Amino acid sequence: MKVIINISLKNGVLDPEGQAIENSLLNLGFKDFKNIRIGKQIILNIDKINKSEVLEQANNMCETILANTVIENYKIDILEDK
Amino acid sequence: MRTAVTIFPGSNCDRDMIIALKKITGKTPIKLWHKETEVPNLDLIVIPGGFSFGDYLRCGALAARSPIIKSIKNHISRGGAVLGVCNGFQILIEAKLLPGSLIKNQKLLFTCKETLLEIQNTLESPFCSGFKVGTTLEIPVAHNEGNFFASKEVIEKLEGEGRIAFKYKQIKNNKNNYNPNGSLNDIAGILSKNGRVLGMMPHPERVINKFQGGIDGLKFLSTSIEQLID
Repeated sequence: MKVIINISLKNGVLDPEGQAIENSLLNLGFKDFKNIRIGKQIILNIDKINKSEVLEQANNMCETILANTVIENYKIDILEDK
Repeated sequence: MRTAVTIFPGSNCDRDMIIALKKITGKTPIKLWHKETEVPNLDLIVIPGGFSFGDYLRCGALAARSPIIKSIKNHISRGGAVLGVCNGFQILIEAKLLPGSLIKNQKLLFTCKETLLEIQNTLESPFCSGFKVGTTLEIPVAHNEGNFFASKEVIEKLEGEGRIAFKYKQIKNNKNNYNPNGSLNDIAGILSKNGRVLGMMPHPERVINKFQGGIDGLKFLSTSIEQLID
């Protein structure tokens, strides 16, 4: 199964990169947006039949290394094989 | 005095640290490659600066899951002292040996400059107790992710328990930019609960000779080592 993990900064954590991009967007004339935040996406495959097992393993990966839970949230999406 | 310096792929301050420790102790420190699982009995392990594993994922994240970290944890549980400088500080945090997080510098710039550190009123620690509270040391920083961040509760706890080793202090003619990275409460280094693990962003190993522009780094390291010998 394909696992898509989105990692984003928690609310209240300074995001200077997001702020810099916000300024550039404003300079380019894009005014109609707010709350810009930078994140990252990690995609991997886990070969298991049971979706809950895949979720458990992905969760474990996030807690152990993929996310820094002091400053980051993560969201796991699983695409089941067709 | 038995010291060691860890080396990860991408460490780049290990040699400077080895030179500094040799200068102080008279003995060449042991080099610990990141794959080592057996570590002899040591008094001090230093995790030097650099860009371990290319700063991939997050600074220090991959190094903090290397085999050597288990040995470092055992060393700490035996009461051993650990100093993490710059990337070493990031590694200690990623390994959860120190609290909080080191995020991107507020101004998004890699900052390489002199900073003035003020020794805080800390719990008993080999790294701070040899100095009078309020002593200042001029030691340079060089980093992109040194902006110490933690929840309000964690910061209050660190302040309350005397676990903030030093803070950036205003330099005479530099009123605005004395904090090089935007770290909360101007924090430059923090201690573990037992005071024997220190993470710091500034590089003491870079100021150990007059020709380098100062010897405050030597002063800091030699005072810490004297305390460890006592």
